[in-house]
Amino acid sequence: MSAVATDIRQAVEDAAAHLYVWALKDIPQDLRDALVEAQGRETSVPGRRVLDTIVKNVQVADDQGNLVCQDTGIAVYTCRVGEHFPLHPVKIYEALKAGTERATLEHPLRSNAVHTITRENTGPNTGYRLPIVHWEFIADWDGLDVKCVPKGSGSENMSFLKMCVPADGVRGIKEFVLSSIVDAGGKPCPPGIVGVGIGGSADYAMYLAKEAIARPIGTRNHDPHVAKLEEELYRLLNETGIGPMGLGGDVTVLNCHIEHADTHMTLNPVAVNYQCWAARRASVHVGPDGSVDFDREA
Amino acid sequence: MATHEVTFPITDEAEILKLRAGDEVVVQGHIIGIRDRTQIRIFDQGVEPPMDLKGAFLLHTAPGVRKLGEGDAGGADHQERRASPAVPSEMTGRPVANANPAISTSRYEPVCIGTTTSARMVRFTEPLGAQYGVRAICGKGGFPDEAIEPMQRLGMVYFAIVGGAAALETTQIEEIEEVAWEELMPECLWKFRVKDFGPLTVGIDAHGNSLYHDVQTAATKKLEELFARL
Repeated sequence: MSAVATDIRQAVEDAAAHLYVWALKDIPQDLRDALVEAQGRETSVPGRRVLDTIVKNVQVADDQGNLVCQDTGIAVYTCRVGEHFPLHPVKIYEALKAGTERATLEHPLRSNAVHTITRENTGPNTGYRLPIVHWEFIADWDGLDVKCVPKGSGSENMSFLKMCVPADGVRGIKEFVLSSIVDAGGKPCPPGIVGVGIGGSADYAMYLAKEAIARPIGTRNHDPHVAKLEEELYRLLNETGIGPMGLGGDVTVLNCHIEHADTHMTLNPVAVNYQCWAARRASVHVGPDGSVDFDREA
Repeated sequence: MATHEVTFPITDEAEILKLRAGDEVVVQGHIIGIRDRTQIRIFDQGVEPPMDLKGAFLLHTAPGVRKLGEGDAGGADHQERRASPAVPSEMTGRPVANANPAISTSRYEPVCIGTTTSARMVRFTEPLGAQYGVRAICGKGGFPDEAIEPMQRLGMVYFAIVGGAAALETTQIEEIEEVAWEELMPECLWKFRVKDFGPLTVGIDAHGNSLYHDVQTAATKKLEELFARL
């Protein structure tokens, strides 16, 4: 049993090491399509110049095997663990951390991790509670899905939370999202994905906003009330005129995704997490025998 | 909106004054990489920068680089490179360590060089121009309005680069010529030789115009209209 467990741990570590670098280099097809579509409909001169450069940059990254963006971010992983997957989450975390370190040293990638007070580097994109891993546990399943979302600081710095009250209603949610994106201006590298988390609690709303930015572009929430709000905000956000890199234009966001949770009758939390245009994500499916299947589009 | 080519460092102020907000610019020559900790050291800790910044173009960056001749990391690419010795500084004409101890004798090559958010560093704009004669600051996301007055008074411009477009930017950096304050890695003071660096957009010109101000003003007005429709 231990030999099998060791092999699976190694398989997860190897997969994580590949996943981090791959996510940084090879952006998903839905994002490529969204950027080209944005390039086609932008009418402002500086905005069009920005989008032309972005599309060219993606091509250069492909041709040269280079990173799309220099900000290797903080490595954020989302794990869906089947109840019969033969590696305990403690060991999965160890493997993800070891994989992150290997990717950073072997490529090499810029290491961004610092102690939050001393600001001294804590390791090859690892440290205390880094990387960040979110967990979901799945009944009656023996697999493991890992999604890696390297999150750059320029867009992560543009995160906002407001504890609206019930009397603010959905209107309060809309106003807060719109104001946040106008205030952020060019700083989070627009046009990107606006992730919104509503309901739950303060911490959970922010987590949901992060989950929302990691969805394939333009996918809609399963709840029709929420999906309708996604469509409305997407349209309104593109009327603000902030434009590519905040230089003015028609395309301010590639889309708006919302995740929600039921909440307390006196709560109405709304969280915004911005994802820059370099919306990097990559996934791997690991079988109970250690087999791996990489998936750029999940 | 005109298109310009400018070579840095500049010696003639006319090179800056001809630029107008919204213009497209491609840069040649030498640019200096700088970031938060570099500027905190210069202005908050009072340490003189070991590079001449007169007429300079500063880029807000913390580059991803590979140290040449170093064997501290694995990987096939590294295996190949660790055998090559560092280029002796006397052969390249670059300063030797004891000429200026703040300038490193180590050699680096670009891996992935991109640009960071400028707004965090806006308070250094005035002293960079007034004390050191810096003429251009380039970054992403823009400067808030407090940069407009010093840039006009001191004849400086802000160039907007496309944030995140680092793969392309890296191909425009021909060589990392000098690294100072290596201990701040990656927030050192970097001297890059560039070719066809851009396209950049003049975000703030030396005549009191800011695209960011204009876009924010229009968007704030638009928000009122959108809120009224909700």
